[in-house]
Amino acid sequence: MKKLSARRRHPLAAVVVLLLALAATGGLYAAFAPAGKAQADETAQSLAIDEGKKLYSVGCASCHGTGGQGTSDGPSLVGVGAAAVDFQVGTGRMPAQQPGAQVPKKKVIYSQSEIDQLAAYVASLGAGPSVPNESQYNPSGADIAKGGELFRTNCAQCHNFTGEGGALTNGKFAPSLEDVDPKHIYEAMQTGPQNMPSFPDTTMPQKQKQDIIAYLHAVNSDQSASPGGLKLGGLGPVSEGLFGWIFGLGALIAVAIWVAAHTAKAKKS
Amino acid sequence: MSSQENSESLPEAQAPAHGAVEHAGDPFADPGLPAHKPRIQDIDERAAKRSERAVAFLFFLSMVATVGFIASYVIFPVDKIVFIFPFGHVSILNFALGLTLGVALFCIGAGAVHWARTLMSDVEMPAERHEIAAPPEVKAQVLADFKQGAAESGFGRRKLIRNTMFGALAMVPLSGVVLLRDLGTLPEKKLRHTMWSKGKALINMNTNEPLRPEDLLVGSLTFAKPEGLEEDAEDFQTQIAKAALMLVRIKPEDIKDKRELEWSHQGIVAYSKICTHVGCPISLYEQQTHHVLCPCHQSTFDLSDGARVIFGPAGHALPQLRIGVNDEGYLEALGDFDEPVGPAFWERG
Amino acid sequence: MSTTTDARREAPAGERIADWADGRLGIYSLAKANMRKIFPDHWSFMLGEICMYSFIIIILTGVYLTLFFHPSMNEVVYDGSYVPLQGMHMSEAFNSTMHISFDVRGGLLIRQIHHWAALVFLAGMFVHMMRVFFTGAFRKPREVNWLFGFLLFVLGMFTGFTGYSLPDDLLSGTGVRFMEGAILSVPVVGTYLSFFLFGGEFPGGDFVARFYSVHILLLPGIMLGLMVAHLILVFYHKHTQFAGPGRTNKNVVGMPLLPVYMAKAGGFFFLVFGVIAVIAAIASINPIWAIGPYRPDQVSTGAQPDWYMGFSEGLIRVMPGWEINLWGHTLVLGVFIPLIIFPSVLAAIAVYPFIESWVTGDKREHHIADRPRNAPTRTAFGVAWITWYMVLLIGGGNDLWATHFHLSINVITWFVRIAFFVAPVLAFIATKRICLGLQRRDAEKVLHGRESGIIKRLPHGEFIEIHEPLDAGARYKLTAHEQYKPAEIGPEVDENGVARKVSRTQKLRAKLSKGYYGEGNQIPKPTAEEYEEITSGHGHH
Repeated sequence: MKKLSARRRHPLAAVVVLLLALAATGGLYAAFAPAGKAQADETAQSLAIDEGKKLYSVGCASCHGTGGQGTSDGPSLVGVGAAAVDFQVGTGRMPAQQPGAQVPKKKVIYSQSEIDQLAAYVASLGAGPSVPNESQYNPSGADIAKGGELFRTNCAQCHNFTGEGGALTNGKFAPSLEDVDPKHIYEAMQTGPQNMPSFPDTTMPQKQKQDIIAYLHAVNSDQSASPGGLKLGGLGPVSEGLFGWIFGLGALIAVAIWVAAHTAKAKKS
Repeated sequence: MSSQENSESLPEAQAPAHGAVEHAGDPFADPGLPAHKPRIQDIDERAAKRSERAVAFLFFLSMVATVGFIASYVIFPVDKIVFIFPFGHVSILNFALGLTLGVALFCIGAGAVHWARTLMSDVEMPAERHEIAAPPEVKAQVLADFKQGAAESGFGRRKLIRNTMFGALAMVPLSGVVLLRDLGTLPEKKLRHTMWSKGKALINMNTNEPLRPEDLLVGSLTFAKPEGLEEDAEDFQTQIAKAALMLVRIKPEDIKDKRELEWSHQGIVAYSKICTHVGCPISLYEQQTHHVLCPCHQSTFDLSDGARVIFGPAGHALPQLRIGVNDEGYLEALGDFDEPVGPAFWERG
Repeated sequence: MSTTTDARREAPAGERIADWADGRLGIYSLAKANMRKIFPDHWSFMLGEICMYSFIIIILTGVYLTLFFHPSMNEVVYDGSYVPLQGMHMSEAFNSTMHISFDVRGGLLIRQIHHWAALVFLAGMFVHMMRVFFTGAFRKPREVNWLFGFLLFVLGMFTGFTGYSLPDDLLSGTGVRFMEGAILSVPVVGTYLSFFLFGGEFPGGDFVARFYSVHILLLPGIMLGLMVAHLILVFYHKHTQFAGPGRTNKNVVGMPLLPVYMAKAGGFFFLVFGVIAVIAAIASINPIWAIGPYRPDQVSTGAQPDWYMGFSEGLIRVMPGWEINLWGHTLVLGVFIPLIIFPSVLAAIAVYPFIESWVTGDKREHHIADRPRNAPTRTAFGVAWITWYMVLLIGGGNDLWATHFHLSINVITWFVRIAFFVAPVLAFIATKRICLGLQRRDAEKVLHGRESGIIKRLPHGEFIEIHEPLDAGARYKLTAHEQYKPAEIGPEVDENGVARKVSRTQKLRAKLSKGYYGEGNQIPKPTAEEYEEITSGHGHH
């Protein structure tokens, strides 16, 4: 860090920052980026990109290529955007542990600031969606019912009615959305991680994404009500059937055994 | 086959009635019903009293639970949610009513059964069975009666009456069958057409606004309905059941099927959302493989290859809608689907 | 003159009422036959009662639900108390079900009792049917009652299907859509059947009302009639019993209806109702508010029917997508074949009793329940059938198996496709061997007694385990079962060298009979001579 602070005062720093900032904010990204970014931010940004590059070459380059161009083991990261990195690394999916049908959610191994640096680096490779800020994904005041309708149209086919997850082809799956960070849900819709299709703002505006997040929060968080009692995984008739057999019929058979059993006989004294 | 024919394959005569020992030497003979052994309640009045109190306690508990049920009904508001471990955030009214009703009922049952098991006589007693089939003389009597009755009716002799009666009885239900005609309209060509037609704009299901090609990114998934179909329309359900559309954008070089590419617009392809198997809205799109999976029966279609079936029970590819762009730059249909959408049927051809 | 009037005046009120009824209904004769009717005690004989009581519970709660449910598909906008659906378009059926669940006090409980009881009812019928099957209680004179029971099971499935379709929610709507697709696959008339059922194109505005009258009147009416007939026959035939000392084919040993079974069976109703009420208090079922109203363009993953329809779901999921187009017509084999196998799976178990009675040629009455091991071929057939059914259930839930056991649905589907043919055969072979092993063990026990676990050292140093001889009752119990001899067709040429006509069915029957009762397919019961020989040589053990 000391080294970095020292370099910041280098005469050429301003030029480097300018070049990198141009690259990072080029193309479509420019349209998404909030206007009026201060010069100081850009300086920090360029430093983040530098740091991100270091982290990248250690943790990511073996699969995604030294310049993010992709290899046979991992897709190109050019143009996936900072939001994709924030999602993939922020949910622990990346770095991947082993090849398989799908990279699952794991323990997160980078700190949020490291993730931000990685994201900045990847964003510098090509324009893509940026990490949303809280005002974008905060669901307060959103229309829960509309969110439910949108969820059933766009999401439930893979993630189930209330986001419990479901199966895809050949071992792939749509994960459960229970208690997933709203930011990550937003990013997933924005970027379409792995095999999930994306739902860009052009077809699903930010307001609707907030509605969906609000709906999920209402029906599938640890505070959600299940008026009828145990929700049995929220999986529908299969778990209900198992419960009915085991605890319904099972209990009744236990009772039947008691009803039909012979009463204990008096011991001969 | 007659019973005589295979009598040799049957086991020896069935065992005699209970208790009778066939012959003294047989080690496997039925020793007969064992003597009744008393329960503790039969010989100890204090034990019997304890049972009596237990039964009475259960009945009393039931009464308490019923009072609890009524109290819960009055006290708890219908919309109150309370956290109860380990059941989660549940409706307290449902929980309280169910438990009190359950206890009230269960205790009546438990009391009655405990009463029966400990205080009512538990002496097992045999009851003889009787052959179900009637004795031969009864059968002979019945047959004779039937013959007499049949002869008196003249049923066999007066063939004209018999045949016309059969005819009348056979025909009269036809009226009922005819009445079923108006259960539904005739299929005609209804399953062959949807609301789509040339020039109809593709309306985004989410925003209810027409779509532009640039709205759809590679890897995105969008659902569309035909222009003019509103959610509060009376026939919305019936129309959307056929017209629902799924839009994805694939890099044109990734599209393997020539016709699919021709019918697309800059790699934007529009397929029916209704599975060709039994009609589930199919839309589990995997953007990397371009496979779309049906959540109901797992038919899998390859959207980059004419939506042909690559797995599962569907019998044919998803119908594609030919799309283009109108003067204002919005996506539009270039006609209806050229084949029926949804499940196959006899007249589909 | 006055004596009779005096007697009448002195008679207690209850007796006078009974007299009144007897004069009109003949209740004394009825009571004479039935009041002290004997029922044998065994827990498995109460499985049928679980079904009967859950059926009664379903009727009681169902009547309550009809007071609030609107069987209409008219579209309304929801403005009830459940926030995540406010402002949504939905049918009146869905809306009224929401009203029952959230605004009628206790409505949710009754709904949940109704649905849980339905699951238990079907599960109970399944287990009850298997009990009757494995103990051979379907044999003469009970074949007709077996069919009544089977019909109740099948009608129960369809009553359940029409019932859970009524709320018009997204899950059941998907199921109805599937049904429409299945009907469309019927050759020649499928399209017409579908249009007549739905009043035109799917989903139309009629099916909820039509399902409603089928669900609350037509099917339960038939079922009630069948259940009464089923019960009358149980009373008439008297219950089967397991063999035991004093329990033979000519009697039934147990306790009388009044008072013991009145209390036990009557009490059991309350126990069943109580257990189901508690389950409805603690466990949610079919939360339609989480599922949402039906729209033909929406769906959720994990779309399954209730468990009793699960095997048909398995059939349809694992079937390859065969479709034949000829002369302008389409034969949708991928859907139609499962539609045909669906009743065949059920029929396979329903017709078994008739096949067995044809093979044995046995026309006698049977009132002693078999121990499953003593009928190895039947038991093996039953287990094979259950295996078949279970394989299909796995297929019906393949997506949930995939997500919960980290498997691929494609692999599971292939597994089910193969297991559909292979698993029943393996189950048959394994079960038969297990049964024969158990028969051997019984024979061993009868001849040598029970292993006591006490080790004795003999004077010359040998260690032996002491076997305690069985008492007469246990010996009788283990040897009371009957063993058939395989049917012979005899020589095809008689002593004069004239060929006898042996039909193909006779040959088949002989072959089956050999498979059932031939050498190696049952273990001969120990004979008295064997027993004498072993027990006389005392000290040997």
